[in-house]
Amino acid sequence: MASPSPKSPEQSEKNKQYDRQLRLWGDHGQTALENGHICLINATALGTEILKSIVLPGVGAVTIVDDNIVSDEDIGSNFFLECSSKNLNRGSEALRLVIELNPAVQGYAVQEPTDQILLDNPDFFKKFSVVIATSLSEKTIQNLSNHLWEINVPFILCRSVGFLGSFRIQLKEHAIVESHPDNEQHDLRLDVPFQTLFDYLNSFDIDSLDLKDHGHIPWIVILYKAVQKWKISNSNRWPMSRKEKNEIKAIIDQFKRLDDNGMPIYEENFEEALRAVNTALIPTFLPVKIQELLYSSSAINLTKESSPFWILCSALRTFVEAEGKGKLPVRGTLPDMTASTDHYVALQNIYRNQAAIDSEIVYRKVQEIVTQLHCDHISESEVKLFCRHAHDLHLIKGSSIVGEYQFNNTVSSYIARFLEEPDVMMVHYILLRAAEMFRSEHCRAPGEWEPESDISKLKTCVSKLLTDISCTPFPKDDHIHEMCRYGGAEIHSVSAFLGGCVAHEAIKIVTKQYKPVNNTFIYDGASTNTATFTF
Amino acid sequence: MATTETHVPEQQRRWHNIRKLLERSGPFCHPDFEPSPDILDFLMESCKILVVGAGGLGCELLKDLALMGFKKNHIVDMDTIELSNLNRQFLFRKSDIGSSKAKCAVDFVNKRVPGCEAVAHHCAIQDLDEGFYRQFHIIVCGLDSIVARRWLNGMLMNLLQYNDDRSLDQSSVIPLVDGGTEGFKGNARVILPGLSACIECTLDLYPPQKTFPLCTIANTPRLPEHCIEYVKVIQWPKENPWGSSTPLDGDDPQHVGWVFEKAQERAMKHGITSVTYRLTQGVLKNIIPAVASTNAAIAATCATEVFKLASSCCTNMNNYMVLNMADGVYTYTFNAERKPDCVACSNTTRVLDVEPGAILMDIYEKLKEDTGFLMKNPGITTVINGRNKTLYMPSIKSIEERTRDNLKKKITDLGLYNGGEILVADITTPNTISIKLKFIENTDVEMSR
Repeated sequence: MASPSPKSPEQSEKNKQYDRQLRLWGDHGQTALENGHICLINATALGTEILKSIVLPGVGAVTIVDDNIVSDEDIGSNFFLECSSKNLNRGSEALRLVIELNPAVQGYAVQEPTDQILLDNPDFFKKFSVVIATSLSEKTIQNLSNHLWEINVPFILCRSVGFLGSFRIQLKEHAIVESHPDNEQHDLRLDVPFQTLFDYLNSFDIDSLDLKDHGHIPWIVILYKAVQKWKISNSNRWPMSRKEKNEIKAIIDQFKRLDDNGMPIYEENFEEALRAVNTALIPTFLPVKIQELLYSSSAINLTKESSPFWILCSALRTFVEAEGKGKLPVRGTLPDMTASTDHYVALQNIYRNQAAIDSEIVYRKVQEIVTQLHCDHISESEVKLFCRHAHDLHLIKGSSIVGEYQFNNTVSSYIARFLEEPDVMMVHYILLRAAEMFRSEHCRAPGEWEPESDISKLKTCVSKLLTDISCTPFPKDDHIHEMCRYGGAEIHSVSAFLGGCVAHEAIKIVTKQYKPVNNTFIYDGASTNTATFTF
Repeated sequence: MATTETHVPEQQRRWHNIRKLLERSGPFCHPDFEPSPDILDFLMESCKILVVGAGGLGCELLKDLALMGFKKNHIVDMDTIELSNLNRQFLFRKSDIGSSKAKCAVDFVNKRVPGCEAVAHHCAIQDLDEGFYRQFHIIVCGLDSIVARRWLNGMLMNLLQYNDDRSLDQSSVIPLVDGGTEGFKGNARVILPGLSACIECTLDLYPPQKTFPLCTIANTPRLPEHCIEYVKVIQWPKENPWGSSTPLDGDDPQHVGWVFEKAQERAMKHGITSVTYRLTQGVLKNIIPAVASTNAAIAATCATEVFKLASSCCTNMNNYMVLNMADGVYTYTFNAERKPDCVACSNTTRVLDVEPGAILMDIYEKLKEDTGFLMKNPGITTVINGRNKTLYMPSIKSIEERTRDNLKKKITDLGLYNGGEILVADITTPNTISIKLKFIENTDVEMSR
């Protein structure tokens, strides 16, 4: 038998290689990743574990900044160093072995100390999409984070000590259009049907349909009809309360066909309508979170420098105020439901067409703004995507690490609140900070040589920090003991866990999809516990 | 102590990091923990770990364990390397495509980490016997198949020994650390067979498989998936584009291309949009999205638990962690509880309620659908007058044909009785499960349908 030759598009090599992740962030997410350039400061085990999970999915380029020489301990915990790396520059060696993972990724190594770069060539950092640092001193943390805050480059500060680890994301502002919520609310407009939807819904007469058709009406129609019937005897109101919703359910039950014995016939679409009563009858409204975005000063006071996100928000606001009559553009998606093909496709097209009309209006508004401001063009597909996700837009307004390190008032009272509880994960945060302070005072990690003798010294550091935030000392020293036991050791599996997480967050930041941690993540591998704090 | 640092041999300095955890005591250590250099010796020279699966998790695990001091690691995987693995299975390169995953992974890690003596087994887990599994101290599992996990779980239960007083012989317990991922989500857990919740105890934690009703696919398609499924289930066997003996192969681009084209035609006819090549492949192969970062985090969690189990330097997680990296990074650890009548680990005979008038098909269906069993193709035998009698055996074609008629017979006509036992074999377990039948009078009349 002759084998048929399909004319279908063969997938490219790249599409095949990245197939499993393209299903998560799409081709446009992949393009964004491929245009990204990540800077890693210090190729510790944690550092290379982070790079590994950024290089594998195909980031554009990575640069390692490291002036350290490879030691035996490095080789013992870092997979991207080998025995022959000993006494060579750690960054160059790690780069060689990390880049080998994916030939599509460009790699650069810089052997200068970070402090020196900050002094001589601070513009060096401007080209990066994200800067990630591990194993930095207190002083460098503050200088670097201050600089990156000023030049508006996202920064992730990471630590890994014993079973403990943390990362802190510093971003000025991060807008996410595709946040991929687990449970997306449907946008069906049953309370305010647009003309084509209104006409379609009213074209049905449930009682006159034959039994086959009756079982194939989309539940949206059934629910709409039930509400219309209810409204007649309820002064045209919209059902809101639980009691009223139960009345709607009763009407749906009346719509059901009966068999010869007078028992209701089981029809899947009617069961779906009953299940949808509680969620689908929520009136269409502009979510408070989105309203705040649209009326924030960045969306109102546009300048030539405004980012596409704010221009889109501004255009969206004028849409909501005018054509949208207080509502966002129709999302244009229809959940799957029992229905005949014709009914389902017709309904799907009604929503889809209205979404296209709405986003076209927003697009025209965007074009007007762009022309007025003389700024870069925004494509129609970008506007479409933005309108499709208008209900789930998300903005993170970050805070600076310097503010956190200097314990400004908000940070102090925030930490104190958790310590009073007492929250063990916040205790870990204080210990990680105390260990950092210890290192800058004693030029070694607490317990690096001998755990017992460092306990009181580390305790002094903890007390200093607690005094700064006006907290009483910890009732027990057990966590201080444990930190001295770690002696600054970097445990590979702890770094590997954090490495996966930090790479993940960097990818979220570069692709501008999914919500990253806001803004501090603490991990305790001993108790398998994690926490997120917002400084 | 500090003064001798520079004179410590290189080998010792390399392991300086983990030695701090193993040679120092701390306030949160396991009560049995006695810090000593012997622990590292044990990890390196004696402790044998089996990694099951050399995919996204397995590659990470093999690396993690090697750098946590474990030298005697074995890894088993029957698969060969494909291009779509390379976005996360970091021990493989393009030039490795087509080679054994287990062998490639082992070669890479042994070369990179000096002293590492990992051993590869390029075969199915079912090809290895009790003697093989018994040699390991800990088994860590990174599989994508629930059936394989359940089989392995059954194997570990099989290795348990009970004392004369029916108490568990603790030395026969081989801990199982299990990890799984799907997209940006994952889970990791520690199972002490016979002591804590096992895979079968918590079968309800796995999401039910998504299936499309045949009548929707055939008569009222709405989604692009319905069109693809139609071509796969109905059109392919009817048209046999590559001849009647060629089954649909989701890895053959020509086959996928054919299905894609036909599905597009069907979609167009019904006004359905968005049938893409990627979706076609996803539906045909039931592809689960996967990314390096989630795998790294879950494997690392498992490796930390293996380290704790082997060294007692810290108490283990209790006992099930879920991870969600889609919205921030979120974890939740809880104590999954044992099921008192678990079919795998309870060491009691399961009881199956049946109606006295039931036919064998009723039992067969129950074994597949009851959440306590969820078997795939259970083969049913019984013992009558001291002789084995095969009632139904779906896995072997000739026996299936010979026993098919039994499905329609009343169980009492087949010699089964109230209190009698059936023996059930299935791909979800290496063991034969004996189930006692309990006849119940069904009082409530089945409504509707």
